[in-house]
Amino acid sequence: MSALVLRSRRAGVSARVDGRLAGVTAGLLAATILAVAGDVAYGEFGLPLTDVLSALVGFGDEATNVIVLDLRLPRALVAAFAGAALAMSGVIFQTFGRNPLASPDVIGVTSGAAFAGVSAFVLGASPSLAPLAAFAGALGATALMYALAWRDGLSPFRLVLVGIGISALCVAGIAFVLIQGRVEQIQEAYSWLVGSVNLRTWADFWPLLAGLVVLTPAVAVLGRALDALALGDETARALGVNVERTRLGLVAVGAALAAVGVAAAGPVAFVAFVAPLIARRLTGVHGAAVMPAAALCGAALLPAADVAGRIVFAPTEMPVGVVTSVLGAPVFLYLLFRANRARGPA
Amino acid sequence: MAPVTGALKPTAGLAALMAGVVLAGLASLALGSLSIPLGDVVGAFTGFDDSDAQVIVRDVRGPRTLVALAVGACLGAAGAVGQGMTRNPLADPGILGISAGASFFVVAAIFVLGISTAIGFVWFAFLGAVVSGFAVYVLGAAGPGARAAPINLALAGAAVAALFAALTSAVIVADAQTLNEFRFWVVGSVAGRDLDTLAVAGPFMAIGLLGALLAGRALNALALGEDVAQALGQRVARTRAALVASFVLLSGGAVAVAGPIAFVGLIVPHIARGVVGADYRWVVPYSILIGAILIMVADVVGRLVARPDEVQVGIVMAVLGVPVFIALVRRRKLAEL
Repeated sequence: MSALVLRSRRAGVSARVDGRLAGVTAGLLAATILAVAGDVAYGEFGLPLTDVLSALVGFGDEATNVIVLDLRLPRALVAAFAGAALAMSGVIFQTFGRNPLASPDVIGVTSGAAFAGVSAFVLGASPSLAPLAAFAGALGATALMYALAWRDGLSPFRLVLVGIGISALCVAGIAFVLIQGRVEQIQEAYSWLVGSVNLRTWADFWPLLAGLVVLTPAVAVLGRALDALALGDETARALGVNVERTRLGLVAVGAALAAVGVAAAGPVAFVAFVAPLIARRLTGVHGAAVMPAAALCGAALLPAADVAGRIVFAPTEMPVGVVTSVLGAPVFLYLLFRANRARGPA
Repeated sequence: MAPVTGALKPTAGLAALMAGVVLAGLASLALGSLSIPLGDVVGAFTGFDDSDAQVIVRDVRGPRTLVALAVGACLGAAGAVGQGMTRNPLADPGILGISAGASFFVVAAIFVLGISTAIGFVWFAFLGAVVSGFAVYVLGAAGPGARAAPINLALAGAAVAALFAALTSAVIVADAQTLNEFRFWVVGSVAGRDLDTLAVAGPFMAIGLLGALLAGRALNALALGEDVAQALGQRVARTRAALVASFVLLSGGAVAVAGPIAFVGLIVPHIARGVVGADYRWVVPYSILIGAILIMVADVVGRLVARPDEVQVGIVMAVLGVPVFIALVRRRKLAEL
């Protein structure tokens, strides 16, 4: 592994640049831009990339402007930013819980959102409340998890187990709600439930962006403490980390990231689980350092899945939440399989 | 159940759990929208007199109780085997992809073949469970010449689960009729299952249970790590294949009969370990009995809370099981694997 250390004596800072990590991160950034561009360019009306570009800089004709600026760009950006938010949430919870299965979609954060959102559809409230309900559901489920797992401090393992319990409760709740309503209602609720960025507008994008603007610096600040906690409580304390306060911060930020992602794109499964794993396997980096690569991996995966869902199933389209798993699972399984091969005979 | 680990001989606990199974079974025969006195319950099997009460016991509640017993036992055993072989305390038939595989095949059966009865779903659900179990094993464990780190099995399971869940969604997002049938299967229920349903899946379940009961020593060895297990004379690859086979038969049989019932496979081994400690030779039989009791009790509660309506056992299981599980998680220093 090649590493370059940048140091400034005068400013008193130094940074270690890992060659492979930097390369993979750059590659993922390119993939993200490509995926967003593709998501804007492809669709029922195919647009040449030049038209897309001229619309973006303000010189498109009116029809192109409407399609690009009002319909597809907000949609693609919602997909990319929601993917990034979910992926960062995944890194936090997986590292924190010391178990790659402990992603927010397994430990109840996402299912809390899903339960609240589906209830908004079926139990009389307005479907337009679903994003808000989902946001509140994610935070509510997490707060409940935290409170129930707290006992003279927070053990990550206990939080994960309690989270799985909360998740089971929410999943049962969803199943129960889904056998209550009329089938048309249920179908509408279900298409939200699988996660979709169809018909997203700037009104969906701005809150997501605002959330990320607030949360990303928090992630950066907490990253070092996340790594310190992974060394064990004693070591973390010796390194000057306030363990309980940091844990509260991590859980809150992780939940808030999942909440803004889910509010914008619906409870898309699997991205929070798989994006960090793919990023870890590609970069070979563990802990908080994988955060940018994982965020970009999520940001590339969602718009790529969105455009694939439109191309493959044209003239109808498949919700992005379905396609992320269909695309993401084989990629991940391939990486897993290849790792098994590389390890060689026992 | 013994409150403190080691306060009770494991055999005594086993006897107590068996008594619990009998009590839960009697409750399941006697209670429901119509409560039936125990005399009639016993009479239905000893001196059948054709009364309504006895007909209900024999033809409706009897089969239903057997189904609940079998499904609970299998889910408990599947949880113990699944957590043991992956060395991951979060593994269960849901996480390892079995429920998702079964769900997809059921959805395909509804969508393509127009099947809509519990008995019609059995083979498809079972087939789906086997296919996904095989996929998880191949992808997570059997890379050419590779030994599977237990975590890979769990990760492959989660990925296969997501893949099948997505395929399921793809069909039911597009087709309202399939969604309408599927939503009633996927809640998980033991109501309306007759003995024919059990007869199809029963043999597989029995083989799986036998395998699980014989696996205690192997699971103990695996718990020490691959290298130690090998040094102890385990053929790790072969053992793991056998464990996966048993796990698939158990969870596949259960999901085929009752639909996906979450959570039982997850919590039961934790309860069992809390009572008897980490020795899988005891954890497996304890899990079988605790699983059976839980499902039967949850089914009875589901019949009683909304009389004359019923709440499906999958939902009751979560509502009852989650608080118990959380209390357990909070109270003890968890017996880790």
